[in-house]
Amino acid sequence: MALLQILISGLATGAIYALVAVGFMLLWQTSQTINFAQGEFVMLPAFFVLAAMKFGGLSFGMALLVGMLASLIVLGLLFKVLIVNPMLRHGVLPLVISTIALALFLKEGVKEWYAAEAQSFPAVWSNDNLEIAGAVVSVQNLVIIAVAVAAVLLLQWFLARTRTGRCMQATAQNPALARILGIRVERMILYTFLINAALVALASFLISPIYLAKFSNGETLGLAAFIAAIVGGFNQVRGAIVGGLLLGVVDNLAAAYISTQYRGAIPLFVLIAVILFRPQGLLGRAEERSV
Amino acid sequence: MKLTDRRVQAVAGLLLVGVLIAAPLGLKPHGIYLLSMWAVMSIAAIGLNLTLGYAGQISLAQAAFVGIGAYCSAILTTSYGWPFGAAFVMAALLCFVIGWLLGYPALRVQHHYLAFVTLAFTTLVFLVLRNEEWLTKGIYGISGINRPNLFGWSTKAPRDFYYFCLIVLAGVSWFTWRLVRSPWGRAFMALRENPVRASSLGVDTRRYTLMAFAIGSALGGVAGALYAPLVEFIDPTPFALSLSLNLLLMVIVGGSGYFFGPFLGAIVSVLLPEWLRFTDGLYLIIYAVFVMALMVVCPAGLLGLVEKIFKPLSKSGKAAP
Amino acid sequence: MNPVLEVRGLYKSFGGISAVENVSFEVHEGEILGIIGPNGSGKSTLFNCILGQLKPTAGDVHVDGRSVTGLRPCDLNRLGVSRTFQLLQVFPQLSVRENLILAGQEHQGSMWTRLVGACDAGLTEAANRMIDFFRLVHVAEEKAGGLSYGQQKLLDAAMAFMAGPRLVLLDEPAGGVNLTMLADLRERLRAINQEQKATFVVIEHNMEFVMSLCTRILVLAEGRIIAAGTPAEVRNNPEVIEAYLGH
Repeated sequence: MALLQILISGLATGAIYALVAVGFMLLWQTSQTINFAQGEFVMLPAFFVLAAMKFGGLSFGMALLVGMLASLIVLGLLFKVLIVNPMLRHGVLPLVISTIALALFLKEGVKEWYAAEAQSFPAVWSNDNLEIAGAVVSVQNLVIIAVAVAAVLLLQWFLARTRTGRCMQATAQNPALARILGIRVERMILYTFLINAALVALASFLISPIYLAKFSNGETLGLAAFIAAIVGGFNQVRGAIVGGLLLGVVDNLAAAYISTQYRGAIPLFVLIAVILFRPQGLLGRAEERSV
Repeated sequence: MKLTDRRVQAVAGLLLVGVLIAAPLGLKPHGIYLLSMWAVMSIAAIGLNLTLGYAGQISLAQAAFVGIGAYCSAILTTSYGWPFGAAFVMAALLCFVIGWLLGYPALRVQHHYLAFVTLAFTTLVFLVLRNEEWLTKGIYGISGINRPNLFGWSTKAPRDFYYFCLIVLAGVSWFTWRLVRSPWGRAFMALRENPVRASSLGVDTRRYTLMAFAIGSALGGVAGALYAPLVEFIDPTPFALSLSLNLLLMVIVGGSGYFFGPFLGAIVSVLLPEWLRFTDGLYLIIYAVFVMALMVVCPAGLLGLVEKIFKPLSKSGKAAP
Repeated sequence: MNPVLEVRGLYKSFGGISAVENVSFEVHEGEILGIIGPNGSGKSTLFNCILGQLKPTAGDVHVDGRSVTGLRPCDLNRLGVSRTFQLLQVFPQLSVRENLILAGQEHQGSMWTRLVGACDAGLTEAANRMIDFFRLVHVAEEKAGGLSYGQQKLLDAAMAFMAGPRLVLLDEPAGGVNLTMLADLRERLRAINQEQKATFVVIEHNMEFVMSLCTRILVLAEGRIIAAGTPAEVRNNPEVIEAYLGH
């Protein structure tokens, strides 16, 4: 049935949005970093892989590893050390501006130094379709959902069950207190950046086979991340996940049943509505009014 | 000779005006076009500076207001035969009202949320401009936008239109200068620096922020109304999020909250690409790195940097009356 | 004759923690009420609830017989209630005079007269009077950020009085001020209390300051009022002594 297909492909896109939204939310929660370059962060790792294959002659598998590693270093470590750290003492706005400039840098950099045209990206899965309950479901969608679910479960397990994970949660909730308790706050924040880098790289590898790798992909992906994170609920991982999935499904439903011209408008309306009427998001906790 | 000396400031001001008037002499039409574009973008940036630099609100909606102003003036003059003056005023008024209506709910949320609401607004406006062909002719755009004829003075030639833009820029600057020198300017500064204290002194933070936002939006509309006859053909493409981000960078790079910040920021954003044309596609990359470096060194922008350097000598033109 | 300030059954809790419990009191015109209590007794929370900075969980606040519970601070200010802050909140890059003009501007005319600066002359005069009264003449042109701590405290107080308020809430006005300044401050506060018939509510830790300035005292402990009366009565109240020493 068509609806089931739309739902499943919506969940698949949504799963990717969820990964990106979770990373975005983690950065915001732990270090007040509103990463306007998050979309470009998703665009870039695919190009690391393509470059590794093209200039390094590596196989796709090896290139994926190299791409992940490069992401961790560049989008995790270097991002934190070169851009976020120097900016922290200046406040939120300069950091936001820097991420806007960074987005521009990454976008133009790829356009200039790799290619302006869209590049095809190999898929890890086959292009077959399965039949489930009378509906045609692509292996692609199933693999995406499976991988994203696995990644999120792994992340949840890490945050809830390992010592480091719990320290990270403490840092997110109350850095000053965490520091007093002896938690290496700086290191925890670095881990958040690394986790974000891993999540965006994963999202990149999942989405590029479908939408091709192009320097301009960042805009739509970034917007999706912001909407998913805010709509879902700002203070919890679950919120970002729900937000992402919801966004993916709504987006696909809108494309199927409403004019494609205004397809992009629905998520925007939802975003505006949520911010104005329930700023803590669907799953978030309300914050105390002061002034 | 101190920088605060009234005479020094007057001479510097006159020099500046002289440079602006003499600038187009000897320039090719493309160069004059760029100067006019600088003037138009400065107006939009002045509006955003009011909202962001003086009232402290992060707005990503300015591109939408430039777009609304441009389309308003283009549609009224081409399809309905309105005289330019009336269309111009209408564009500013329309943007003021829309700014007020948007700001009323939007300004109740915290700063970072406002950025996202205005981001969504800009994208929505772009979609409307692109899709509502019956009104805006959609992606086909509106062409044949005439430059105004003012009391017998035709602004069709590049140099004449540039002077016209300069006159409007002067008017906008004078208006903004008076505004920030007035008690409103004091209130803006107070609610930006210390909203809790300001509120306890009776400053109606909501009202003032709303006014700053609405006036800033109206100035965006004014810029748009000039933009349309400058480029003589408009389509929705320029009025998207990237313009809002560009204007934001302009205001920050110039120096948020400084009166002359927008002018400087617009120079960097509009004119510098031309002067750096020899670097081919690298200009934007250089610009991006420059902005990041500037944020590390001096988040108060170029004028903040100047102030730091000349600290012992001058009282700055920053937002304190 | 309505009391200037009336607080009835005020409660404020944060999650499970009750910061203010069932606080009720009245303040009449011209009184100087002191509120004292050990750290964490809820004094600041009480102030913030009265001033609209926080929304009370229950109870209400009336000024001159009119309910003001939950009004925004700026609206409350326009009804004649003003405050000073525990942590100084002057505008450092404005001069002393400019700070005072700012403090008074929202009480004259309307938004529109303000746009054209019609009331500025009157404001400057009023600011000058305030500068004279608080003896800040020699620093009137200086940027507020460059003043000594004590002088900033005086400026903070002066700003609260610019609009000729009915009720002023002072949050630890004596904090960090040296003895000579303290005597000055107390004397100026008493003078303005007489002159303008302004009513004060003062939170303070400095016992000597409170006892010598205030006409009546309330003692808070763990969010509740445990004693009320004249300074002499309160000083000798065994429960009060217990609350301070028993921690």
